[in-house]
Amino acid sequence: MLVLTDYLILAAVIFCISIAGIFLNRKNVIILLMCIELMLLAVNINFVAFSYFLNDMAGQVFVFFILTVAAAEAAIGLAILVVLFRNRNTINVEELDTLKG
Amino acid sequence: MGFEKIMFYIFAAILVISALKIITARNTVHAALFLVLAFFTTAALWLMLEAEFLAMVLVLVYVGAVMVLFLFVVMMLNVNVDELRAGVARYLPVGAAVAIAIILEMSYFILGGFDNSQFTPVTHGADYSNTRAIGNILYTEYLLAFEIAAVLLLLAIVAAITLTLRRRPNTKFQNPSEQVKVRKVDRLRIIKGMDSEN
Repeated sequence: MLVLTDYLILAAVIFCISIAGIFLNRKNVIILLMCIELMLLAVNINFVAFSYFLNDMAGQVFVFFILTVAAAEAAIGLAILVVLFRNRNTINVEELDTLKG
Repeated sequence: MGFEKIMFYIFAAILVISALKIITARNTVHAALFLVLAFFTTAALWLMLEAEFLAMVLVLVYVGAVMVLFLFVVMMLNVNVDELRAGVARYLPVGAAVAIAIILEMSYFILGGFDNSQFTPVTHGADYSNTRAIGNILYTEYLLAFEIAAVLLLLAIVAAITLTLRRRPNTKFQNPSEQVKVRKVDRLRIIKGMDSEN
């Protein structure tokens, strides 16, 4: 019989893998965006698991809204990426230092 | 070990392996395709949790729309992969250390803090509709949030189009309203012929 902690541990593992991915691919903006998507997926797994084990539909409604916001975020993020590549001809994070940060 | 548990471990293994392949892939297209696999496997896990509607939405919206957008952008941009991959080995120890530290902390609290016997999920029969249950509370209790989400999506459409819209002053285009409004006197000038003058 599956228990709640199985799903929570799985979501935690996915979340940590995506954190490691942000450390590893800190130059490639596209992979960084994918890691953020993976993080949101881990959070959504938690929400759905709690919704099932607590018999509460509110968790699934939350996932619905998170999916909506994540889709909007991906669309705008990729649009910014395209504009960035058009202006600077690179997506390397290290070369994006116009503000001298 | 029941069938359900075996399926869970198979899906979990596929999900973890594809997540690892996403962050270590040399080719960005491969990373995007492994992300598709991760979303698909998660949809299968959500089916096991009786969240059928969200599993379908994940496949349709994420695999069908967002990942296609990612693939479009990856293939449209001419990216030098090797240059972006430089220094991965240097960041690997610190990245792995942070990830392992977080997973240890999280699993300490998850394994120590939850009494699994107090969660008793109710399994529904084949006549139960998950979509109807979500719709019932989405259009009553969460109606305002639902409408705000719709406005947010409209905002995303407008923002994405405005950002990528490129103005090209040199291109020639027609102005239909001026074409419609034109009158005969604006365009036509009648010159008396040579014959009638003589």
